[in-house]
Amino acid sequence: MDCNVESNVKAIKKSKDEKKVLRKQIKASHTLLKHEGIVTAPQPTKSLVVANGGLGNGVSREELSAVLKEMGEVETLVMPPHKPYAFSARKAHTHLNGQKLQCGENSVTLYLSYVNSVICEEELSLHFPEGLVLLEDFVSSEEEALLLAAIDWSSTNDVVTAQKALKHRRVKHYGFEFCYDNNNIDKDKPLHAGLPVECLPVLERCLKNGHIITMPDQLTVNQYESGQGIPPHVDTHSAFEDTILSLSLGSKVVMEFRHPDGRVVPVVLPGRSLLVMKGESRYLWTHGITPRKFDMVPSCDPQSSADITPGLRTNSNLTLSKRDTRTSFTFRKIRHEPCLCAFRSACDSQGAPTAPSPSLPSPPSLPCCHADAARLEEEYVHRVYNAIASHFSSTRHSPWPRVCHFLSSLPAGGVLADVGCGNGKYLGVNTEVIAVGCDRSSALVQICTERGFQAFVSDALSVPLRTAVCDACISIAVIHHFSTQERRLAAVRELVRLLKPGGQALIYVWAFEQEYNKQKSKYLKDQNKQCPENQCLIFDTPEDSQEPNGESGSNSIGCLKDNYKPEDNIQDPFKVTDGKLGVHTNRTAFNTQDLLVPNSCSNNAAPVFHRYYHVFQQGELEQLCGQVAGAKVLSSYHDQGNWCVILEKD
Amino acid sequence: MKLLTHNMLTSHVKGVTNGYPLLIKATEVKVNEVDFNPQFVSRMIPKLEWSTLVQAAEELGHRQDLPGELIPDYDKNEEFLKKVHRVLLEVEVIEGCLKCPESGREFPISRGIPNMLLNEDEV
Repeated sequence: MDCNVESNVKAIKKSKDEKKVLRKQIKASHTLLKHEGIVTAPQPTKSLVVANGGLGNGVSREELSAVLKEMGEVETLVMPPHKPYAFSARKAHTHLNGQKLQCGENSVTLYLSYVNSVICEEELSLHFPEGLVLLEDFVSSEEEALLLAAIDWSSTNDVVTAQKALKHRRVKHYGFEFCYDNNNIDKDKPLHAGLPVECLPVLERCLKNGHIITMPDQLTVNQYESGQGIPPHVDTHSAFEDTILSLSLGSKVVMEFRHPDGRVVPVVLPGRSLLVMKGESRYLWTHGITPRKFDMVPSCDPQSSADITPGLRTNSNLTLSKRDTRTSFTFRKIRHEPCLCAFRSACDSQGAPTAPSPSLPSPPSLPCCHADAARLEEEYVHRVYNAIASHFSSTRHSPWPRVCHFLSSLPAGGVLADVGCGNGKYLGVNTEVIAVGCDRSSALVQICTERGFQAFVSDALSVPLRTAVCDACISIAVIHHFSTQERRLAAVRELVRLLKPGGQALIYVWAFEQEYNKQKSKYLKDQNKQCPENQCLIFDTPEDSQEPNGESGSNSIGCLKDNYKPEDNIQDPFKVTDGKLGVHTNRTAFNTQDLLVPNSCSNNAAPVFHRYYHVFQQGELEQLCGQVAGAKVLSSYHDQGNWCVILEKD
Repeated sequence: MKLLTHNMLTSHVKGVTNGYPLLIKATEVKVNEVDFNPQFVSRMIPKLEWSTLVQAAEELGHRQDLPGELIPDYDKNEEFLKKVHRVLLEVEVIEGCLKCPESGREFPISRGIPNMLLNEDEV
């Protein structure tokens, strides 16, 4: 395939500079082929790829559009989120190839090639969380100025510790003090300063328009400089009544709402807008702002934005918006009775923990009994996959070649079960087989279903399929999530049960040996890759290594608490000596077999999740399979940091 | 959930010896057109529990006139294959549940997805 790519880039070699451009252009074509499976074309086609001209490396739609327009009319411009490339209709000429583009403080060199196909992200209409309302232009510019002037930052009434803990943004409270130690307020200690009178006209308008039914008595003012944010959180139920108002002044920002099932809805908050959070959006969804300097927002290009409903986001029309200082006024009403909402899982009045945190309060131990193992996996495997499902899925589009080879060799009409199918990337590889998938994560199964695959939610230890119904089974990157030998064995047994005599199972698990035959795995080799600023929540495991933009080598351990700070987040890996599980440093060799792997996150904004793994030593997988009666190992191999076997049922 | 999937699913509740076939209690059923591939369908038929398929189709009101016994030479009978195609691949249960014939345990189907997870005491 490589030589195809090269022959597809016209080999005109004249000057040194041109050679360099050609070299880079070829490299860009390789990247595109590898990550998206899109081959660049030797002949002019309908579309161009603009390598380095993507949102993922800081080029905005306006900047790219302007330079493309110089070369002729631009019909369409597709800028996939987070990607370092964009696609344009062919009228933009290849004259731009090798040309530098200045965007903000950075400059990038564009490399253009013809392509036959373009990634057209499906138009994703993300619905607002239930109960969320955004009112644009809620206050006038005059009111905005008045409100901002009303906040006297010099006489801050914050307790010193709280102020110190919130280095990332300035905070000031009125009415009641919000205490970040316990995420609650002291209802018996009203502050001297009530709500500034400047707020009254705004609040009265809210009352009159029915957004609130009682006057708020607490105000928190947050001031964010560019690059600052607030971790995802739900306002403590027991502290405040239902409706929460958040008035945005100054710069536009994107606030992310996250549902416990993994849905993420970015909401653009323009300056002078009012966000009303009620019901599910207030009680169940977390909201937060990722600390970064640019946001991806729907383009304001008049032609393309005409049919974008405010608040709904479509993927193909994104551009970058530079953040400036933003001040938010959050108005809340103190609650005096316990909360009785319907969202008990998030309700501290009804027994939920006050700050549910995916970070590690104290590292768990290796389980010694079945129940402990199940609990560990629930917390450090199942919950994590559900929480990260949509992101996980968006980084897993390339199936592994040797898995595909196995699938393609299956006879037409055979029944295939993918146990632990994730987003279903293997379910459609061989369309001649009858494929069905299952996964423990309902959020991932949902994605399979949306892609038109047959899948159901189940545990790999107890798959509700008839015995001997399958001609083949695959278990890719699943069994390393079971935390005892007994459970790993049970998982293999279950696969064998599903097979009919002569049926084969392909099993992949993560290898302790990341260097094999003097070859470092891709997982280790990628350690110097850097993440673009606006990438987040990327896991660092071999399953993730198909991720186009590379992963960061960071091993920081963030936490959801308000006092997060990048330099505070780097901790020594937990030692295993006390029986506690160690936290792995991403992209390094393993030093234990049972460990927790954090997602590496370039901006320390998103919560850090840890997944439990048992990495297999050479021979261990074969030995495990050898204990299962009625099946034999046909072959085994090492593939990019994984141990793999093909098992056959007798 | 298509009836093809239903044909393979079984109840796996601890202690249950005969959890097959699962009864379908559907509150929402959809028929989505899928390209007809006679070869694919005829290859699928020997993998099926025929009576389960017919019973499931009956429960959903989509049996058409499918016979209780599989006909011989079905691979040459395009009309027949078309009917099988319809019940196997086009009829989908969107909402409802699957009921274990032995224990009565119900597994919900929501947005087309059966949730077959068991509670701790059922494993």
